[in-house]
Amino acid sequence: MPDSSARRRAAIPGFGLTLGFTLTYLSLIVLIPLAGLFFKSAGLGWAGFWRVVTSPRALAALRLSFGAALAGAFINAIFGTLVAWVLVRYRFPARRLFDAIIDLPFALPTAVAGIALTSLYAANGWLGRFLEPHGIKVAFTPLGVVVACAFIGLPFVVRTVQPLLEEAERELEEAAASLGASRLQTVLRVLLPTVLPGVLTGFALAFARAAGEYGSIIFIAGNRPLVSEIAPLLIVIKLEEYDYAGATSVAVAMLVLSLLLLVIINGLQAWAGGRHRRAA
Amino acid sequence: MRPATSESRWVQWLLIGIALVFLLGFLLLPLIAVFTEALRSGWVAYKGAILEHDAWAAIKLTLLTAAIAVPANLLFGLAAAWAIAKFEFRGKTLLISLIDLPFSVSPVVSGLVYVLIFGRQGWAGPWLMDHDIKVLFAVPGIVLATVFVTFPFVARELIPLMQEQGTDYEQAALSLGAGGWQTFWRVTLPSVKWALLYGVLLCNARAMGEFGAVSVVSGHIRGRTDTMPLHIEILYNEYQFAGAFAVASLLALLALLTLTVKSYLEWRHGDELSATRRH
Repeated sequence: MPDSSARRRAAIPGFGLTLGFTLTYLSLIVLIPLAGLFFKSAGLGWAGFWRVVTSPRALAALRLSFGAALAGAFINAIFGTLVAWVLVRYRFPARRLFDAIIDLPFALPTAVAGIALTSLYAANGWLGRFLEPHGIKVAFTPLGVVVACAFIGLPFVVRTVQPLLEEAERELEEAAASLGASRLQTVLRVLLPTVLPGVLTGFALAFARAAGEYGSIIFIAGNRPLVSEIAPLLIVIKLEEYDYAGATSVAVAMLVLSLLLLVIINGLQAWAGGRHRRAA
Repeated sequence: MRPATSESRWVQWLLIGIALVFLLGFLLLPLIAVFTEALRSGWVAYKGAILEHDAWAAIKLTLLTAAIAVPANLLFGLAAAWAIAKFEFRGKTLLISLIDLPFSVSPVVSGLVYVLIFGRQGWAGPWLMDHDIKVLFAVPGIVLATVFVTFPFVARELIPLMQEQGTDYEQAALSLGAGGWQTFWRVTLPSVKWALLYGVLLCNARAMGEFGAVSVVSGHIRGRTDTMPLHIEILYNEYQFAGAFAVASLLALLALLTLTVKSYLEWRHGDELSATRRH
């Protein structure tokens, strides 16, 4: 039989054409330009790269971008899981509508989200006017950056947890309950381990997206150097000053940092998945 | 008595309440704010802001950019999915991750890579200047940056679906004497049409709304290289809030349309989309 399957496969035409086109297009649009970025930074030398990246302004910008992205992803992990749970397990009016608007941050252009969030959280905005009297300033502070990060990252966690909850076996919950576990124990010890890999995946995706985010943040951030200036904005500023080397250094630092953190999170995810399998 | 595998009534309503208040305040309120701010000075001002010369130029440039970028990535998505789903070859997993690569790059960095190539100090910069070809701060640069950020959308909808479908129907068509193109047009394409539309929909939404990457390569020449999102930024920074929100409301309408068609496709044609989209 292996013989006939090999012949069957060979019968479909177009392999050379489609793979050739795919590789050419991928190389021209994505791979060569990205490789160019690393070549350019290699040309700067290690010392030049290090000087730019460890300058107080660049360090502050990188810390804000990655710190706010982490905080936003944490908010997403908690509320995203809660929202996914409510959407999957409970029935209430307009559930489909709420399910559909989860993807709004994907569909709404970032500049639109940016000015909308700013107008909401500004001192005279619908939300800002209630927060500011309590001393909570959101717009034009680092907190605003966190809010924007949480906004754009929300769909990731909901959409990775939803299918896991839908497929979770009710029998396991019944078994736990019949063995005397309270509902809270069942949720924490049986259900949570099932969805944890999904939460971590969503967390990682939301984090990666938010760390590089530009459009929805720059309006609400206030963009003060050393305080509320994000790393992508610093790249833009350096480009406007024709400091290509500086811009490239910050960009490479961002790419390397996101890659590193994603590797760590992937490891965590494998650990959570493995723990779950062993426990089950 | 409640079953042992659900929560008490009041816990349920409490959780639903928290979730809905969060969604209303966090997702829906910004959307409502866009339309309220846009219409604050009335219909006449709203229409005037949209029909104003520079706004109109931005709308046309956005449509032109999407009209080039989306078909380009559609063609690529079809080719990549055909090669990956219908054949076995080494390095396939790597190829799939490379196709997703643009999603993990900051939009600003996506623009930066083209500045490094086509900019004044870039590799191709001097040559382009000698031949009087403008890529950066012109329409070609905007299109390139948009193609980069929307690169994976169609491919990632088609690849998993076509992998699930296998090659049985194509085999049958070919053995009955159909040609390669005929098989593609009559057998493969109809079986992936909804997933294709789904990918095009998301690709288009991102193409029309892209800000960071386009902002880096556009040069912000009013009426010439400003797309709608860039025009929103200019108006906003000039404190012309009504105008900024008027243009923004058009993009918000596009987002609503995208979400509506997307939900419809998931609901009506869910079994003809890739597995991750069926919920």
